[in-house]
Amino acid sequence: MTSELDIFVGNTTLIDEDVYRLWLDGYSVSDAVALRVRSGILEQTGATAAVLQSDTMDHYRTFQMLERLLHAPPKLLHQLIFQIPPSRQALLIERYYAFDEAFVREVLGKKLSKGTKKDLDDISTKTGITLKSCRRQFDNFKRVFKVVEEMRGSLVDNIQQHFLLSDRLARDYAAIVFFANNRFETGKKKLQYLSFGDFAFCAELMIQNWTLGAVDPQADDMDMDLDKEFLQDLKELKVLVADKDLLDLHKSLVCTALRGKLGVFSEMEANFKNLSRGLVNVAAKLTHNKDVRDLFVDLVEKFVEPCRSDHWPLNDVRLFLNQYAASVHSLDGFRHQALWDRYMGTLRGCLLRLCHD
Amino acid sequence: MPGKLKVKIVAGRHLPVMDRASDLTDAFVEVKFGNTTFKTDVYLKSLNPQWNSEWFKFEVDDEDLQDEPLQITVLDHDTYSANDAIGKVYIDIDPLLYSEAATVISGWFPIYDTIHGIRGEINVVVKVDLFNDLNRFRQSSCGVKFFCTTSIPKCYRAVIIHGFVEELVVNEDPEYQWIDRIRTPRASNEARQRLISLMSGELQRKIGLKVLEMRGNAVVGYLQCFDLEGESGLVVRAIGTACTLDKLSSPAAFLPACNSPSKEMKEIPFNEDPNPNTHSSGPSTPLKNQTYSFSPSKSYSRQSSSSDTDLSLTPKTGMGSGSAGKEGGPFKALLRQQTQSALEQREFPFFTLTAFPPGFLVHVGGVVSARSVKLLDRIHNPDEPETRDAWWAEIRQEIKSHAKALGCHAVVGYSESTSICEEVCILSASGTAAVLNPRFLQDGTVEGCLEQRLEENLPAGCGFCHIPYDELNMPFPAHLTYCYNCRKQKVPDVLFTTIDLPMDAAVIGKGCLIQARLCRLKKKAQAEANATAISNLLPFMEYEVHTQLMNKLKLKGMNALFGLRIQISVGENMLMGLASATGVYLAALPTPGGIQIAGKTPNDGSYEQHISHMQKKINDTIAKNKELYEINPPICEEIIGSPIPEPRQRSRLLRSQSESSDEVTELDLSHGKKDAFVLEIDDTDAMEDVHSLLTDVPPPSGFYSCNTEIMPGINNWTSEIQMFTSVRVIRLSSLNLTNQALNKNFNDLCENLLKSLYFKLRSMIPCCLCHVNFTVSLPEDELIQVTVTAVAITFDKNQALQTTKTHAEKSLQRASTDNEELLQFPLELCSDSLPSHPFPPAKEHLESASSNSGIPAAQRATSVDYSSFADRCSSWIELIKLKAQTIRRGSIKTTVTVEKASPVGEGNFRNRSSPPCANSTVGVVKMTPLSFIPGAKITKYLGIINMFFIRETTSLREEGGVSGFLHAFIAEVFAMVRAHVAALGGNAVVSYIMKQCVFMENPNKNQAQCLINVSGDAVVFVRESELEVVSTQQPAATCQPSCTGGEVTT
Repeated sequence: MTSELDIFVGNTTLIDEDVYRLWLDGYSVSDAVALRVRSGILEQTGATAAVLQSDTMDHYRTFQMLERLLHAPPKLLHQLIFQIPPSRQALLIERYYAFDEAFVREVLGKKLSKGTKKDLDDISTKTGITLKSCRRQFDNFKRVFKVVEEMRGSLVDNIQQHFLLSDRLARDYAAIVFFANNRFETGKKKLQYLSFGDFAFCAELMIQNWTLGAVDPQADDMDMDLDKEFLQDLKELKVLVADKDLLDLHKSLVCTALRGKLGVFSEMEANFKNLSRGLVNVAAKLTHNKDVRDLFVDLVEKFVEPCRSDHWPLNDVRLFLNQYAASVHSLDGFRHQALWDRYMGTLRGCLLRLCHD
Repeated sequence: MPGKLKVKIVAGRHLPVMDRASDLTDAFVEVKFGNTTFKTDVYLKSLNPQWNSEWFKFEVDDEDLQDEPLQITVLDHDTYSANDAIGKVYIDIDPLLYSEAATVISGWFPIYDTIHGIRGEINVVVKVDLFNDLNRFRQSSCGVKFFCTTSIPKCYRAVIIHGFVEELVVNEDPEYQWIDRIRTPRASNEARQRLISLMSGELQRKIGLKVLEMRGNAVVGYLQCFDLEGESGLVVRAIGTACTLDKLSSPAAFLPACNSPSKEMKEIPFNEDPNPNTHSSGPSTPLKNQTYSFSPSKSYSRQSSSSDTDLSLTPKTGMGSGSAGKEGGPFKALLRQQTQSALEQREFPFFTLTAFPPGFLVHVGGVVSARSVKLLDRIHNPDEPETRDAWWAEIRQEIKSHAKALGCHAVVGYSESTSICEEVCILSASGTAAVLNPRFLQDGTVEGCLEQRLEENLPAGCGFCHIPYDELNMPFPAHLTYCYNCRKQKVPDVLFTTIDLPMDAAVIGKGCLIQARLCRLKKKAQAEANATAISNLLPFMEYEVHTQLMNKLKLKGMNALFGLRIQISVGENMLMGLASATGVYLAALPTPGGIQIAGKTPNDGSYEQHISHMQKKINDTIAKNKELYEINPPICEEIIGSPIPEPRQRSRLLRSQSESSDEVTELDLSHGKKDAFVLEIDDTDAMEDVHSLLTDVPPPSGFYSCNTEIMPGINNWTSEIQMFTSVRVIRLSSLNLTNQALNKNFNDLCENLLKSLYFKLRSMIPCCLCHVNFTVSLPEDELIQVTVTAVAITFDKNQALQTTKTHAEKSLQRASTDNEELLQFPLELCSDSLPSHPFPPAKEHLESASSNSGIPAAQRATSVDYSSFADRCSSWIELIKLKAQTIRRGSIKTTVTVEKASPVGEGNFRNRSSPPCANSTVGVVKMTPLSFIPGAKITKYLGIINMFFIRETTSLREEGGVSGFLHAFIAEVFAMVRAHVAALGGNAVVSYIMKQCVFMENPNKNQAQCLINVSGDAVVFVRESELEVVSTQQPAATCQPSCTGGEVTT
């Protein structure tokens, strides 16, 4: 006796959250059954393995049918074939677009191309995430990227509107898309200590302040691309380190203000010129795409690592950066105050986030 | 020329890409009705075309309006080659033809293609202007309402129940026409779909005409079936019960239990009553005397006044009350005569109803069934379907005579079915012989009798069990006892029926699904020989099915079966029998005895031991079942009325087979074994039977199942329902084809299927599977297909929980202060149910107390659940919608404030639960095989849904194999049903049934085909809680915009 056909169709589509998770995680039906058996479900319900097998198959089939719709979530809301309560629809979408931290760290900042897709095998081996799941996550990134790539308006809003994601997840996707578009290097060894959250935080600040959209809400690609003009202008900041008088004045202003407030004052004093040179040079280099990509590497090398080697407490970093940014306003010879604020305001936020172990 | 049909094509969406080059589609629409076709403009390069067409007007006869479906075809325009069809929508406009139903059909319909399935949706508006037609010779029957529901629909009142209507039409099956060889599968499928649509329209019209002739205005319990006879043609047949229905003016006042007759009385003038005085002046005295003299049943004296009003109200029968008095026969005979006269004009006093207005059903005799094996031959003249008519007439005649033999003049819960394999066809009919109250059958008013029935009925809940036949002249040997309820009338020891459990029936404990399953091998044979072989096997199958049912019933400790449906399916090399019913313990009937096993060789010690072991197991099972189903009949004063019944059983089942040669052979089951309680184990077969008895596992705790409308013993339904269809096909390995192996396979198939259902629906516990409908077919040599449709309904373990819940919903804050008050509910409710079981109340109280303490926790748990994921999700989906309109810069700030606002808004979201969420996307349409929706009131019937679909594929593997193919198809069928209901303005389908699911595959060719026929009643329902909640919802609704307003401005 073999089962030729075995289906169950409910007027309201049954969604088993546990099986959905297994499916998303890329397990085959037999693996999923084995995992479910291990979860003790048979004892709880008194079911047999055959029942579990049939149930799992059924759910997998449903998910496969739903997958097409999940690729364009608004379709899931308007389709008539599966009657799914709104809360369940939201759950399906949210879980489908959720990603693994380990995976996203591997592809963050990489071009979402066929080439990268070929490397998924390695990523799968490295992270222990099934290849199937890697593919889904990668395809999700790519799909979102493609849809919002050439769209006007806020990146987060566009993602939310076209993929119906929760606010949080939409912001994460905005970061992923932003990183992929600007190809920021995140895979270097010295950047390994940074989490996706750290990068996403920086991405958000950069989107808010450094993109085209930050000045012109009607621009195409406004949130995806950095404001070229702004990057060009950043060269002007060079004067802060190139002009010796200005640099000395800046240093004395900062030191006067922070004397006695900083635990690492002497180290700061000794290092000021180096740090300032580092931060300003990073800015000045951003005209080159290559240097834009290395932004995080540079920031870590030029600022985070020196601080770390001198054991700056986070609070001292904060005090220093605040003072460092603010003191420029008192430099009479410096004419690019607005530019400086736009640059340093964001950078300060990023650096604070990057300064941890 | 009495009708104008108007159609407007508004828009399309989600269309498939038809032009690979541009990834777009140039779509236009053809609207066809009868022979007239209109076209919309081509909407270039869009997958979401906006046609916004003018109104296309068709001027048509109402006859055509009834027969023809509106056919909408969506095509892709192609300048150079033929236009490609995207798909079609058939719309049955029948619901627009009667005044009380829908007035407009408007909505999104899935565009369906028989090869590709659903391909996008189209928005259509349809209206009909009807002119009054006074032509007496008209062929149309517009205005006759059709209901699939097998009881009087909830917002109607039966004035008269006229009786049986039937009709059949035949045609050639397009699939078997010569042209099929040259046309595409798509064209062939569409021809078939269209033909069947036409035929069912015609059938419905013809039935409607018959109803008008009978002066009725509605058909209730309408059941339409297709017989795909292959080469010999296509038969569409329908049966139903003609009624005159009155719409209740205020449905709010009408309770589902129909126990507010006094109110209705006032509304309806007694103008139809020819002689209202007879109510009081009837010669009641002689009758009374006579009934007194009529020996043991003294209860009749009380009933007499009701009985003579019966007479006075039925003057047409030609039997005045006086003559009845003179005749002086016992009351039973009198009643029978009345009923007879009321029914005798009718050729077939059959009723497809399974539930009745109170007082309608007087006595139930038992199940009557008839089967006949026929050889199909080509239908030569489609206009004269006489052969098929004659076949059915013959079977009905037989049913009628069986009912007569049981002392009954009517058959209720009547249904007909066929099973076809090649050129052999088994026709089956079954029903329940019954004695009915004649008043409903004439043009008297229902309420008068209704009221009296309620006042001076036989003791409540046992009247229908009393035997209708003469005790001294029984149609078959049966063991009678005095009714355990009233102690005045005789009742049989077991009762089998095809109807639902009457509302007022006194039941002890809960019911359960009981199935008998059976396979019999048959030699492959041709034509006549095959028919003979089948005819020879049928009696044995019937006998065995019956024995199995009886044994399983005993094993459950129950004494009656309701909703019995025995299905015999024929295949190439085997016959399958599947009987499903709901077992209950009727308080009126005697306690069933146990099952005793008797061995054959009494000298063998180990054998004896084995037998006694088995016996013990059986006894244990019975005890366990009694506990499980809470069967604890009062043991008190049992001996007073009657002796404890001897363990003897006799069947209520009468049936016979007639084969093609029209021989009628009566089968008396009582000849088989003198005593069915004793199971003789004389060979391994019998041993196996006993084993199989014990292998049926009860459903897991928290689950109940039945195949009737409602589960006896459960009444506190909550509103969650889940209708589903499950299909399984197994392939038998041809090596071990013995009867036992077959039986085991079949049994396992059914049991596993049930187990799977329990597992899948475990999140609904406690719940009950209602209206479990199994269909078995043998599509090919070694294939068995089982299709199950049922609905899972949640209920509260104890009503206490329910009351507190609703309370909690109404007033969250008051919850704590109300605690004491709430505590009293369960106690009250328990004590309510106590008197009937004089059992240690302490236990029940304990239970309720513990459940009570559990309430707050449970409540908390659910609220946490709500606020966590589900609600957040639905809330931000809504947010996204809002944002979509006001998409501007600064969104991040906005969303932050929204997050902050959400705890405030959460309360609103929770209150609003499902309906408001639904408005954002697609309206929810519930589907259920039951005639009601728990926790809701049906306010309007919009018309019958009767749809037939064919799906075919030539890329079976690519569509996920047979399972993927059928899964998708059934989901699509559901979607199309829901879309049609929604377009009619409804939000549910009740009495939904999947009448046919014919699946054929050819894996070698990578092909499969499936035909599905579904029907039901489209309705509008209103949640009972919603009516109350409306007031509390108002503030929430007004709060909502203000919240969103805040969000946008920040």
